[in-house]
Amino acid sequence: MKMRKRTPLLSKYWLIILAVLCVGLLLLSAFTDGKAAGPLRGVANYTIVPMQTALNKAGVWLSDVTQNFETLEEVKQKNEELQSRVDELTIEKNNLQQQRAELERLRELYKLDLHYSEYEKIGAHVIANNGSNWFSSFVIDKGENDGIKTDMNVMAGSGLVGIVTKTGPNWAEVRSIIDDASNISAMALSTSDICIVRGDLTLMKDGRIKFEKLPKSDVEIEVGEQIVTSYTSSKYVQGILIGYISEINDDANNLTRSGYLTPVVDFEHLQEVLVITQRKSDMIEE
Amino acid sequence: MKIKIKRILVLIVLVIISFLLQTSVLKHIAIGSITPNLFIILVSSFGFMRGKKEGMLIGFFLGLLIDIFYGVGNLIGFYALVYLVIGYLNGFFKRRFLADDIKLPIALILGSEFSYGLVNYLFLYMMRSKFQFIYYFGQIIMPELVYTILVTLIFYPIILRINQFLEADEKRSAGKFV
Repeated sequence: MKMRKRTPLLSKYWLIILAVLCVGLLLLSAFTDGKAAGPLRGVANYTIVPMQTALNKAGVWLSDVTQNFETLEEVKQKNEELQSRVDELTIEKNNLQQQRAELERLRELYKLDLHYSEYEKIGAHVIANNGSNWFSSFVIDKGENDGIKTDMNVMAGSGLVGIVTKTGPNWAEVRSIIDDASNISAMALSTSDICIVRGDLTLMKDGRIKFEKLPKSDVEIEVGEQIVTSYTSSKYVQGILIGYISEINDDANNLTRSGYLTPVVDFEHLQEVLVITQRKSDMIEE
Repeated sequence: MKIKIKRILVLIVLVIISFLLQTSVLKHIAIGSITPNLFIILVSSFGFMRGKKEGMLIGFFLGLLIDIFYGVGNLIGFYALVYLVIGYLNGFFKRRFLADDIKLPIALILGSEFSYGLVNYLFLYMMRSKFQFIYYFGQIIMPELVYTILVTLIFYPIILRINQFLEADEKRSAGKFV
């Protein structure tokens, strides 16, 4: 009987102790800007991350195996499709080559030797995703030991995926641009008009993102226009493709325009990403 | 002491397995990009099966793990606190818990999941002046709730079986010393 009387008291104390610990951790990590979490991230690095990596490898292997079961017919059909695509592309390539020669000549004329596409990058595998339905972020298998730092930009293929928000010794968290907390200063490629690209949970399902505050100028920007990261952004390096405008409307104030983008990256099936190791903040300091 | 060690080991493995499942496998069985929430099932069921203390501890460590990888900004401790309280509150129902009855567990998991969604909205969305509660309620909270209950029907019996096994084992080893 004595025991029974003591138990509720004890668990109440436990609640208070643990809750105080949580609040303490919250304050500590808020005031130290996340540095207090360092040791915890280190511990996670040697326990959870190896398991996630192994699990991911198993998953990739499994999907490889299932792909092997495609029938010969499908493969043949695909081959035909691809062959016609090759023809198309060859023609396109020839055109492009001509244009490129022209571009190079013009560049030399204008001395525009900035090649935005030539940022240094390292590849990484996506090993886990945020399990919650409220946010969209994922964990990659490269971290501080590989030179990854927070605020580095992450790409997949030719498009922007997100930004590194947390780093551990051998892992890093990347917040994708469709996340509700994501905010990017971007610009329209043809006119260099600045706008804001904002992730939104209400649009995440449609695979779209919102853009706002594009100034209404004489040059009409149309659906299909490329939106890239802008030169004024403090965290994103310039000129990375975010997506194409799929809908554009005048705002009620008749000064700005807003609408929706279709991102170039398929966020549902991310496996490999590229981390740009040059940070905008470092470039500014230089 | 030996008895407790076995339980602690099993619990650690359970926490890690559910974390790995939630962050890797579950995305592939998502319906309309909504995933069920295993964490709530685990924390809540250990709360009402084993009492406040165990529910609390599991909630705390699971929440801490989420905070380390996917915490709000650089903050550590938000999800730890949320799951801690969920584990604690479920502990109040330990006396009314019967292993054969599935109604109480489902009701409790439903309640926990709903309050988890509400807390998520209030602190992480409303605080950033996103006021379309109806949308978030209809598109995120409710689908997640329904899906979580469906997964409970599979996941909860497994947890129950593990707990029964542990309890039987503890009774047996306790009997040896008497």
